[in-house]
Amino acid sequence: MAELLQIKDLKVSVEDKQILKGIDLTINKGEIHVVMGTNGAGKSTLANAIMGNSTYTVDSGSIIFDGKDITEDAVNDRAKAGIFMSFQHPISIPGITVENFIRTAKSTITGENVRALSFKKELKEKMDELSFDTSYAQRYVNEGFSGGERKKNEILQMSILNPKLAILDETDSGLDVDAVRIVSEGVQRFHNEENAVLIITHHNQILQKLNPDYVHVLINGKIVKTGDASLVREIEEKGYDAYKALA
Amino acid sequence: MEERKKTQVADMDRGVYDIKNDFEYSYIADAGLTEDIIREIWSNKNEPEWMLEFRLKSLEIYNRMGIPNWIPDISGLDMANIHTYVKPKVDMKENWDEVPEEIKSTFDRLGIPEAEKTSLAGVGAQYDSEVVYHSIQEDLVKQGVIYTDIETALHEHEEIVKKYWMTLIPPTDHKWAALHGAVWSGGSFVYVPAGVQVDIPLQSYFRLNAPGAGQFEHTMIIVEEGAKLHFIEGCSAPKYDVSNLHAGAVELFVKDNATLRYSTIENWSKNMYNLNTKRCVVGKGGTIEWVSGSFGSKVSCLYPMSILNGEGAHAEFTGVTFAGEGQFLDTGCKVVHNAPYTTSNVNSKSISKSGGAAIYRGLLKIGPKAEHSKATVSCESLMLDAESQSDTIPAIIVENDNVDLGHEAKIGRISDEAIFYLMTRGISEEEARAMLVRGFVEPISKELPLEYAVEMNNLINLELEGSIG
Repeated sequence: MAELLQIKDLKVSVEDKQILKGIDLTINKGEIHVVMGTNGAGKSTLANAIMGNSTYTVDSGSIIFDGKDITEDAVNDRAKAGIFMSFQHPISIPGITVENFIRTAKSTITGENVRALSFKKELKEKMDELSFDTSYAQRYVNEGFSGGERKKNEILQMSILNPKLAILDETDSGLDVDAVRIVSEGVQRFHNEENAVLIITHHNQILQKLNPDYVHVLINGKIVKTGDASLVREIEEKGYDAYKALA
Repeated sequence: MEERKKTQVADMDRGVYDIKNDFEYSYIADAGLTEDIIREIWSNKNEPEWMLEFRLKSLEIYNRMGIPNWIPDISGLDMANIHTYVKPKVDMKENWDEVPEEIKSTFDRLGIPEAEKTSLAGVGAQYDSEVVYHSIQEDLVKQGVIYTDIETALHEHEEIVKKYWMTLIPPTDHKWAALHGAVWSGGSFVYVPAGVQVDIPLQSYFRLNAPGAGQFEHTMIIVEEGAKLHFIEGCSAPKYDVSNLHAGAVELFVKDNATLRYSTIENWSKNMYNLNTKRCVVGKGGTIEWVSGSFGSKVSCLYPMSILNGEGAHAEFTGVTFAGEGQFLDTGCKVVHNAPYTTSNVNSKSISKSGGAAIYRGLLKIGPKAEHSKATVSCESLMLDAESQSDTIPAIIVENDNVDLGHEAKIGRISDEAIFYLMTRGISEEEARAMLVRGFVEPISKELPLEYAVEMNNLINLELEGSIG
């Protein structure tokens, strides 16, 4: 299968404290990967480092995406290359409507002028799929949105921007059962043989719908074990303590 | 990792706003301020006798009044270098084709004929001191609406002008009100008879062009009982090395159950001292809505004031101020509640950048008679970098116990988190900043007529241009 993302011996620090201590990870097109682990293990750091958040400093190692070394690339260039991140806590942006925001993003990423009318239609379809009240298209991004609505908004953006790699950072956290189902279905619809999904989570709610190809256990900045979907059940039974010895 | 790019300010190209036109003047007053100059202006403008008395009395007040101690530094302003009156070599025109080419080309760049084409009811464009182009739709004339320059109004409607002349802003109010009273010239006059609803906005456009010319235009608007008007005032001035002074006066009279919306974008060149006074008195059940954008100028002191004298009168103020390098913009608004059941909402936003200072200075006064009044004041400031300055100085005076009052002030910066979020969606850092700033002022832009909202967005983009090095 075609290699999409290759992370080699990646070490990442936040404010002089090293969080990721040598990560190796390869994701091919068509795959769903899950990174599980305790709070503070470095899961979000991994997501942010792939996306290029400047709060996170890459000490060493490299990130290859679609055959190109992107370790030094600016965040927006990574987005244009096809990486998307769904935020754990999406912030609100006063004064910019959901519709304008996603349309601007789409035309920037595709480099094409996105026509207003056809975009409106596409947006409505995608919002309906997510049972997302279409009147929210005219509201300011995430302003006054509930936790669930914010996550739906992330998945909405993913489905319209259609990235090659979608990183879902704790997308299932803080959601009720229905919202998790809607979000999981959204990811299912998005996923195909040409793209890949990296799910970061510390519980398994979202995984009941999505069948991961690989599950990685991240403890103390290192991937200590990789397995197939059955590893999720194993973690559930044993707890993370069993893996700490491997770190 | 990529080296963090730093936001910095480059000298922006103010484009058409800084284009200086060569133009011949028929009469330029000597620089400085003396009784002789006042007499000269008066006789040149062929005004009634009482106006000379008024001008001379104002000069006397100006000479003995001091500069308030709380205002920003204006030591760069030297009255001896300011020409108080510059008359272009043309008389008023009602047809665009007759306007001289030099003036037309300036207005063309500012988009004035286009603005008119887009269904504005009238255009009174002021080139330096006098209105040179002016038109008003016929049906408004039929309804008795008077829209003309203030000089014409002084001749043709002398009784109305005299009755209201500087009653809201008396020369004794402050030093520049006195100066205005002494040397005023140009400006707009609008009279809307009782019950007449003017559905399309009236627009005027002011522009200063001669080096060292001061502009002291006077705007007088009277909206009679139950009538309605939207007036748009736009200003821009080219940039010069000599310090320029603007001390206009805007007097608005909103009668019982009448509504006036007064929208402005002031975009003075960055050597301008803008010491402008705007005031409105509102009768029973009447409404004044101010929409105000302050860009440009070196120093601005601008606090549009609403005096709610009639029961149930309402004032609404929506303002944005953008201060860049070398600018000190001290703006805000004043509301005085003098009658029961009066209401007011103030919503102010300011942006400061590259060492600029944007200060909100406001007064909210609720008098003893204003029982059951309701007032809210909300001020938000956005500082785009660490060198910039922002402050909120809201004075609130309440003189009765039966009042509902809300006040909120926020000072913030553009967060790295917000920029990161936008960048993960492919948007560049520069565009992300611009988007966040536009979003910040959106509640104001949506109150502006479309072409002005576009102009404000363009101004913001100009101000933010080249911020990534």
